[in-house]
Amino acid sequence: MSAPKSLESVFIDVRIAEPAASDVELAKTLEEVCPVSIFKATDSGSEIVSGQLDECVLCNLCIEAAPDGAVTIVKKYEQ
Amino acid sequence: MRFYEYEARKIVELAGIPVTKYGFCQTADEARKVAEDIGGPTVIKSQVLTGGRMKAGGVQFADTPEEAAEHAADILELEINGLEPVGVLVDPKAEIKQEYYAGVVWDGTAKKPLMLFSDMGGIDIEQVAEEHPEHVGRGHISNLLPVGDFEAKQVIAATGVTGSRLNRATPVLAKLARLFRDNDMLLAEINPLAELTDGTFVALDAHMEMEDEAVGRQKKLLRKDLGIAEDDTRDNYVPSRFEKNVKAIDAADHRGVIQGKDHGFSGNLGLVIGAGGGSLTLTDAVRSQGGKPANYSEIGGNPSVAKACGLAKEVLQKDGVEKIAVMMSIVSNTRVDIVARGVIKACLELEKDPAETIAIFRIPGAWEDEGAKILDHYGVEYCDRTVSLWDAAGRAVAKIQGASA
Repeated sequence: MSAPKSLESVFIDVRIAEPAASDVELAKTLEEVCPVSIFKATDSGSEIVSGQLDECVLCNLCIEAAPDGAVTIVKKYEQ
Repeated sequence: MRFYEYEARKIVELAGIPVTKYGFCQTADEARKVAEDIGGPTVIKSQVLTGGRMKAGGVQFADTPEEAAEHAADILELEINGLEPVGVLVDPKAEIKQEYYAGVVWDGTAKKPLMLFSDMGGIDIEQVAEEHPEHVGRGHISNLLPVGDFEAKQVIAATGVTGSRLNRATPVLAKLARLFRDNDMLLAEINPLAELTDGTFVALDAHMEMEDEAVGRQKKLLRKDLGIAEDDTRDNYVPSRFEKNVKAIDAADHRGVIQGKDHGFSGNLGLVIGAGGGSLTLTDAVRSQGGKPANYSEIGGNPSVAKACGLAKEVLQKDGVEKIAVMMSIVSNTRVDIVARGVIKACLELEKDPAETIAIFRIPGAWEDEGAKILDHYGVEYCDRTVSLWDAAGRAVAKIQGASA
């Protein structure tokens, strides 16, 4: 088995669909609710901190804070 | 916490036990002045927290103050077992009629202090107890009730000491027992306790060790009476690279706890273990199943993926490690899936196949279903709670022995 190209996101990926990804207010909320700092609020919306993705504790607080279907958590080991 | 001899002497003195005139010196000139003050032959002793001083040349005898200064200068430069002395103790060379041993130790089995006395002092008490058991008196004291002189007297009388000697030695042992208890000591011994030619008893050498957990409540003795700085822990232990790295990883992240030790371990099976006393049990289980642990570790308190990964990487990078066993007793707050992610990531970052590298993963408990999915994805053998710690250790050992064969 070869090592994955990026070891920053071995197990978990988090995706934010548009237009939620550009929502500055939602970005602040996501940054606040995530206990492991996966989201970073910027002037243009939400940014994913890739180095933190594998720390995701699957609490789903981000999914609950965003509009339905806007945030998706992908468990790479289930694919 | 261990004490230097000059500090132990001070503790004995504070307890009202007679000592000879002595001085702690950090320069040759100070040693000369103390020797002048003592007047007569002196003994100059290196102040290091290690044994073998006499053999290493750390104890010298002097007839004049000038000679005392010369010896002090030499001893202050002398490393013993890799340790530099903090100073020298200048003592009078006493005129001794007989040497005795007086000691109090913590008896972990009886959970009480144990008084010891021997009329054969100046040599190791263990040697006396083995070769001349009739010359060693013993007696427990209460942890709570006052220590009576009669209790010390019984212990001394058991060695055959009688008359005025018995009467003079009794308060010494009784005071030693009281100082042991009052100062939360684990060991308090006077060896030799000397009977001088004039019949008086004095402590010529003393060793003291305080319970580490008691350091916080013995501030008066430590800071005021002995002048020991708060950051002076007396810890001579030099951590290995592995131990330092694990400690740094733990300190960098507040989530969960990891610890690692590898002094005395040189095996091929790395251990990432923990939970509720599980580390000790699992290390023993691996050994009794014929395995050779490469380290000891503890992981728990729901660590982050990065912390679990950091510990596993440090274990995997130790010389001689072929595989790791990830085992814990049933976890409640520590998540199985998080630890699984951590140890697998460690393998991947080191370009190792998790299925080949992780001999066994036996952590039942919180989020075990999610953990099982991750392990299954990478082909790592997972054991749930139906497999005992003993059996899990056995499986890990069998795998590594099979791989080595």
